[in-house]
Amino acid sequence: MHRILELLENNSNLTPEDIAVMIDKTPEEVREAISQYEKEGVIVGKKTIINWQKADKDLVTAFIEVKCTPQYGRGFDQIAERFYQYEQVKSVYLMSGAYDLALIVEGNSLTEVASFVSGKLAPMDTVISTCTHFVLKKYKDNGVMLETPPKDERQVMAF
Amino acid sequence: MKFSPKKQINSVVANLPPSGIRKLFDIASGMDGVISLGIGEPDFITPWHIRNAGIMSLEKGRTQYTSNAGLVELKQEVANYMKRRFDLSYEPNNQVLITVGGSEAIDLAIRAIVEPGDEVLIPIPCFVCYDPITRLAGGVPVLLETKAEDNFKLTPELLKKNVTDKTKALILPFPNNPTGAIMDRKDLEAIAEVLRDTNIMIISDEIYAELTYTDERHVSIAEIDGMYDRTVVINGFSKAYAMTGWRLGFACGHPDVIGPMIKIHQYAIMCAPTTSQYAAIEALRFGDKDIEDMKTEYNYRRKLIVNGFNKMGLDCFEPMGAFYCFPSIKRTGLSSEEFCEKLLLEEKIALVPGVAFGRSGEGHLRVSYAYSVDHIKKALEGVKRFISKYI
Repeated sequence: MHRILELLENNSNLTPEDIAVMIDKTPEEVREAISQYEKEGVIVGKKTIINWQKADKDLVTAFIEVKCTPQYGRGFDQIAERFYQYEQVKSVYLMSGAYDLALIVEGNSLTEVASFVSGKLAPMDTVISTCTHFVLKKYKDNGVMLETPPKDERQVMAF
Repeated sequence: MKFSPKKQINSVVANLPPSGIRKLFDIASGMDGVISLGIGEPDFITPWHIRNAGIMSLEKGRTQYTSNAGLVELKQEVANYMKRRFDLSYEPNNQVLITVGGSEAIDLAIRAIVEPGDEVLIPIPCFVCYDPITRLAGGVPVLLETKAEDNFKLTPELLKKNVTDKTKALILPFPNNPTGAIMDRKDLEAIAEVLRDTNIMIISDEIYAELTYTDERHVSIAEIDGMYDRTVVINGFSKAYAMTGWRLGFACGHPDVIGPMIKIHQYAIMCAPTTSQYAAIEALRFGDKDIEDMKTEYNYRRKLIVNGFNKMGLDCFEPMGAFYCFPSIKRTGLSSEEFCEKLLLEEKIALVPGVAFGRSGEGHLRVSYAYSVDHIKKALEGVKRFISKYI
């Protein structure tokens, strides 16, 4: 039944009726499967992908590398939790390699993001160091091309 | 005396009918916001790794002619591909020819085989090129009208009825554009049975071979006992790898047929585009997964669209190949051209009338599902609104 997830991941507009036809199930079976996924936390939400660059809204995105000290018995989980509770923090990943956690932070201005990092994140007692990279331009987000969205350039009719 | 270039035109060319969709095309082109399900090419763009291989070949300065029949490496990859995907063995040196699209391969095969007066059997409805190319070669097209009740397959009875001592070749265009019909192994064995004791050649246009939605993969008639030597298999990169604009196809067959085809090709074309040939090597080596991904997507859309037409009352048999469905509009009482013109003017939806693919396509529409699901759903809503006035 992963097909339902794949279909919905690519197009959240699909109705259970559409999906049922596409994968040879009944709409009830699809509805049942979707609600099961929601209960289990497999499906966790739906959002719209927006290119804010085009919507005349200045939005600053920063990618932040964080080195921190893991805690006995809990590793990085509690620290991550402290980070992701902030609404400015859009994503948190535990990483392999030169640093421990990667954060994606959004704010309305450079100053806002900078003061969030220096005022809230860096001072946490488990944090050893942070390294902030500001995003200059987004080309592709969540698998979607932002700058040059594909356009249908085919003829209107052809054999 | 006034010189008239018009009078100098070869009468066969002058008498070829104009495109059956010219009028609709002109109307649609002049309109804004047309929702089309009327195109016979993939909506996917060529996978990036294939495009990149083309770019790399340009960066390396590979901008010259290749040998007439195509790059040795590419012919080898075509032979490997035919073996891997369709269990057919061809010698890359003298049994594989790289062409400018499947279209050139069809032209070459017909020209290499057909002499003035020879009859060529063409199942209709079908893609529009076989009839004119046969005429240009001086041949006589004999149209075999496949029927909705046979799911638009070519039946041995229909074939037998039309074989004469002048029959030179049979065109076998399956999986079929426009109907989406396929011929499975059993169907092909019945056709082979009719042909076995004749000298009839087969030009098997298998450009949609990778797009079948049955458990058994596409079977080529070349694989059926006694058919290999008489069959020219035509395939290409346009549909399987979404490479229409690269204009690259190929033909495989007996050296005694491919050789003469190469002769025409070298005089008319010289060689297929070099950049496209390098991209195609990449496609054949690393593109099997692209085919599967696109096919999975087409299959979802196929089910959605067939269900949509049947639910709104336009009977649509289940097409098992290509990316078309061919619903019947007989219940509306409109001809396919009337239907398409009214639909275009009233709902701004562009479909191709079935009759444009041969007279037995009348009473049907060719609907392409090489479009996104959202686009297809929107078009279906419009067609439903439209036909509610008629049924």
